[in-house]
Amino acid sequence: MSAPASDHGHAEPTSFTFTPENLELAKRIIAKYPQGKQASACMPLLDVAQRQNGGWLPRVAMDAVADLLGMPRIRVYEVATFYTMYNKNPVGRHHIQVCTTTPCWLRGSDDIVHTCKKKLGIEVGETTADGQFTLGEVECSGACVNAPVVQIGDDYYEDVAPEHMERILDALARGETPKPGSQIGRQSSEPVGGPTTLKAFTAAQADATTAQADD
Amino acid sequence: MLRDEDRIFTNLYGYQDFGLEAARKRGDWDNTASFLANGRDWIIEQVKESGLRGRGGAGFSTGMKWSFMPKNVTDKPVYLVINADEGEPGTCKDRDILRHDPHKLIEGCLIAGFAIGARACYIYIRGEFYNEGSNVQRAIDEAYAAGLIGKNACGTGYTYDVYIHRGAGAYICGEETALIESIEGKKGQPRNKPPFPAQAGLYSCPTTVNNVESIAVVPTILRRGASWFAGLGRPKNSGTKLFCISGHVNNPCNVEEEMGIPLKELIEKHAGGVRGGWDNLLGIIPGGSSVPVLPKSICDTVLMDFDSLREVQSGLGTAAVIVMDKSTDIVKAIARLSQFYAHESCGQCTPCREGTGWMSRVMQRMVTGNARMEEIDMLLQVTKQVEGHTICALGDAAAWPIQGLFRHFRPEVERRIQTYRNSAPLAAE
Repeated sequence: MSAPASDHGHAEPTSFTFTPENLELAKRIIAKYPQGKQASACMPLLDVAQRQNGGWLPRVAMDAVADLLGMPRIRVYEVATFYTMYNKNPVGRHHIQVCTTTPCWLRGSDDIVHTCKKKLGIEVGETTADGQFTLGEVECSGACVNAPVVQIGDDYYEDVAPEHMERILDALARGETPKPGSQIGRQSSEPVGGPTTLKAFTAAQADATTAQADD
Repeated sequence: MLRDEDRIFTNLYGYQDFGLEAARKRGDWDNTASFLANGRDWIIEQVKESGLRGRGGAGFSTGMKWSFMPKNVTDKPVYLVINADEGEPGTCKDRDILRHDPHKLIEGCLIAGFAIGARACYIYIRGEFYNEGSNVQRAIDEAYAAGLIGKNACGTGYTYDVYIHRGAGAYICGEETALIESIEGKKGQPRNKPPFPAQAGLYSCPTTVNNVESIAVVPTILRRGASWFAGLGRPKNSGTKLFCISGHVNNPCNVEEEMGIPLKELIEKHAGGVRGGWDNLLGIIPGGSSVPVLPKSICDTVLMDFDSLREVQSGLGTAAVIVMDKSTDIVKAIARLSQFYAHESCGQCTPCREGTGWMSRVMQRMVTGNARMEEIDMLLQVTKQVEGHTICALGDAAAWPIQGLFRHFRPEVERRIQTYRNSAPLAAE
């Protein structure tokens, strides 16, 4: 029997089962909330399901979350369709999400979107034929002093110029993980060229025994 | 300029480790038990005296907010909820606290939670901040292992739990009751008020929702004294503040400064000045996308605090300063914000659901000038019909940027409409 096709044409899987490890993880998540309030675990469990399923949520995965939490399925569908980070359709191995809200737009996010489109040969919202890349535009990523910002998977790439974007996409295509964070060598949100404040604390970076916070 | 010794967030940029050992060296968790020993009322009184106003945008007195919580609740739990759903365009200050100074937040969570009688705290972190949330979780785990939170927190006999709840992409969850709905596992749609969260919040229990920065500064306020904090800035606008400076400056950055610093000084001292010089400035959105834009003439002299910015019909908001130089298409910049609000409206209230989309579509036409002159006043009238007519402030936030644009840049839009009509007389009926 063939799988039912969704309205986007992709094949919907006919079943979804949490792995034993993820079932254990689910139990720990549910325990964070008071007795009888297990519906609170709906969002984190949808995330667990999405990660297990290669980055998107078929309806059967939403059903699995509903059944696990004893929730009506429609309540889980409501949540899954309300929040933008739940992907209701398959996404590529690398989900490239370019922030294009005003602070990033002022710093050239149009050029970043253009670079991605040209390089990948797809439009916003599309996935490359080989299933490697999905291109998306997102609203404010919340890293505006490091604009333009591109989120790829769980990581932020910041201070991204078109040439950086090309290099990042090339590296991903080769199966590498390019270094996240500022692409122009900033530590984090300090001014380019170094902090104007707290210089004594900055000097403490010489203490090489301290691990970096952003790894 | 604020002296370094008066800066609270000494690891703002993450040059040092965010973990417990390094945090202790920076002064965190130093004799926290003594604050709890002074009692709930003392803590609330100190925070009131410090003049701390909420750092999430609304600017309400934090101590006052805590004092609204019912006393002697015995029949149900009380919750502290931390709003780390940072997503107001321009704003990225809480991100630095979460990833670089999470122990300040967690210590603040214990103190604030104790002050309102809470036994548990949920930190709601926007889903996109995956790595930031992981740092906070590691800090929470360290705090448990060291006995700072959990059973017998800091040896005080008080039991206090701290949990993370991750969002999943919805700006509206920064509204406190939408955030509560989201923790309960629902769509993030704001609740009608009253009842306010202090009466019926998370799981219908008394709840206080505070911004990350508001809570993270509390331990230092208690350590250094309410009068120290109150002595910085101006009356009713006291303390230090994290500013985010983005857009057309030479060196965009986050920085902690004294409240009331002149906007021009803030940009020139820390962000390397406006690209092309101060005279190349067109306008600034001084407090995140929701507050009205200011033209250069006001930016020349305005001070960065709640009351100064309100006097010029804008607001401090989240203190996210979005700078636009003269190369900016100001109409497009604001139209892009209209698009943002249309995207983020939760759809619950008709004026917002329909109005944000309508305003965004008209703003798109204003960018090219493909509009009639009388549509300007029609658009402004619609902003007034949305503003104040919705359950939450998203409708207001969508209306204000447009009102600010026409307050200061109306001739620019009129010029575009005229040019469009002159170049396409047939198209314009």
